[in-house]
Amino acid sequence: MLRKKLSLWKESMRMSVMNIWSSKMRSFLTVLGIVIGVMAIIALITIMQSATTEVTDEFTAMGTGRLVVNAQGTPLKSGLTVADMEAIRAIPNVQGVSPTVTSTATVKSDNAWVEDVTIDGYNEVYFRRNAELVGRGRALTPLDVESKNRVALLDSTAVHHLFYAQDPMGRKVYIRGYEFTIIGVLSDADSSDVLAQAQSDGTDGGRIIIPYSTAMTLTGTRNIASLSVYVTDTAYTQQVQSALENELNAAFNYKDDSYRVINMESLLDTMDTMLSMMTMLLVGIASIALLVGGIGIMNMMLVTVSERTTEIGLRKALGAEPGQIQLQFLIESIILSLSGGVIGVAMGLAVSYLFSVIAGFGFVVSGSAIALGVGFSAAVGIVFGWAPARKASALNPIDALRSI
Amino acid sequence: MDDDFFRMTGIIKRYQMGDELQTVLRGVNLTVREGEFVSVLGPSGSGKSTLMNIIGCLDTPTEGQYILRGRDIGKQDARQLAAIRNREIGFVFQSFQLLPRLDALRNVELPLIYGGMPEKKRMERAEEVLVRVGLQDKLYHHPNQLSGGQQQRVAIARALATNPSILLADEPTGALDQATGKQVMSLFEEIAQEGRNIIMITHDLSIARHARRVVHILDGMLTEGESLHA
Repeated sequence: MLRKKLSLWKESMRMSVMNIWSSKMRSFLTVLGIVIGVMAIIALITIMQSATTEVTDEFTAMGTGRLVVNAQGTPLKSGLTVADMEAIRAIPNVQGVSPTVTSTATVKSDNAWVEDVTIDGYNEVYFRRNAELVGRGRALTPLDVESKNRVALLDSTAVHHLFYAQDPMGRKVYIRGYEFTIIGVLSDADSSDVLAQAQSDGTDGGRIIIPYSTAMTLTGTRNIASLSVYVTDTAYTQQVQSALENELNAAFNYKDDSYRVINMESLLDTMDTMLSMMTMLLVGIASIALLVGGIGIMNMMLVTVSERTTEIGLRKALGAEPGQIQLQFLIESIILSLSGGVIGVAMGLAVSYLFSVIAGFGFVVSGSAIALGVGFSAAVGIVFGWAPARKASALNPIDALRSI
Repeated sequence: MDDDFFRMTGIIKRYQMGDELQTVLRGVNLTVREGEFVSVLGPSGSGKSTLMNIIGCLDTPTEGQYILRGRDIGKQDARQLAAIRNREIGFVFQSFQLLPRLDALRNVELPLIYGGMPEKKRMERAEEVLVRVGLQDKLYHHPNQLSGGQQQRVAIARALATNPSILLADEPTGALDQATGKQVMSLFEEIAQEGRNIIMITHDLSIARHARRVVHILDGMLTEGESLHA
């Protein structure tokens, strides 16, 4: 009994492949809808997954276990004071605090002059956390911050504008008339810090990092608008966040909207949720192509059944049971849509590979996406092949043979 | 046993044609003994195709009883009828009805697949019957590479493959020229001499005469003709 079934399956598959192959053009056009649908789904899932991985990696590199404080301040107090910062540093489980004092300025060197350079004031904690930031030279030290040293690190854009084709190390730049000694050059690969990148966007003059204490003097501000709080262990993030909020409430006298604390981890979670929702939405849209493709398969199978009426009649005369006829046509429809699915998977992977090369993302082949594409197309073959196969099996052998 | 091999009594077949109920067979009685070669001779519209469909278990009678090898065909369901067609009946059609995409061997193999024979045995059996009809050197030819006579031989081989008790032929020479038709008929005679039942439906008296017994069908009624070849 089992052997009989196996023989039937084998024969049905052989016949299906022959029939599909004998009308290659028609078969190809029929499965095109499936190909496009599966291709879209595979490409979308793979690209979205690569993007998610990329973004997640960036966020992780930026540091989980980091809380970013943006203090707009109140009319009475426009930011955090150094004393406030010391209080924050004293919160249990805080490893370090890194303030950011950002301004823009026109910068001069001995032989050049650049407008709109971003001047970022940081401390040594920032460099400890982002060790790869320094390409050449040295990072800022606690002493630089304490003694408000006029030292600077330049990024490659600033170097290019100010010291074209010259070695900037040890040279001088003039920011708002103050002389700074160049102690280092920032590496280009500082893309790990998305926020820093975003801050430096909009100015093409480049970026210069100086001690934040010097920056405060330079700009004449007493207050710090933005700082990062690093936690000793990510397990303490929540705890530190509430202690931090207490401190900030006290500092700003419980005034609403005077500050904002961004938890990198919750930001990551939100981002993840958003990306997966977007993926679902896009896949849903791509599924419409699959539906249309399925209708195409159904149409072709119905045509096939009417074209092969005599064959069906003959098979019945030779002893085929209705169920066996149904099986044959169902297998044909499944093979048809499955082959479309396989082509679609291959093309989808090719598209996403191309995308990953162009976008510079890592290429992640998702096994579940492939399974989804293949499974979907097989399901389409079954669902849309069912009715035509049923019709074939129900044909009266006499009517079928009468068209002789 | 002999009596119950093939017996039709009072077979009536009616079709609904639009509003009209048409009676195609009006009480056909036919008993065929084991090993008989019978021709059913009649003009078109006489109901001979309908009779063939009922004999071939492709259709069931409206009234009357048809016993084939002790089984009441009117009481079988679609699956049982399929099995009976596979095992008991070998069809030979006027237009051969070979599947164009399959070679001779694969065409002959078809009924054996539905019979559930393992593949190796199927191929052996298919080759055996093709050799029997004289096509040993055409096993891998496709229908379009064969002449009409050769195609009909493949069809006969296919009909013989499951070793059925009845070979049922519907105008087997209708699509062939006279010389080829004659060759096919002598093949039928050989098969008949081996003791297999053949029921052949035709409108051509000269073809019908190859059978030992000719029955006439006219307006859905069967009359016994003269017995030929004594």
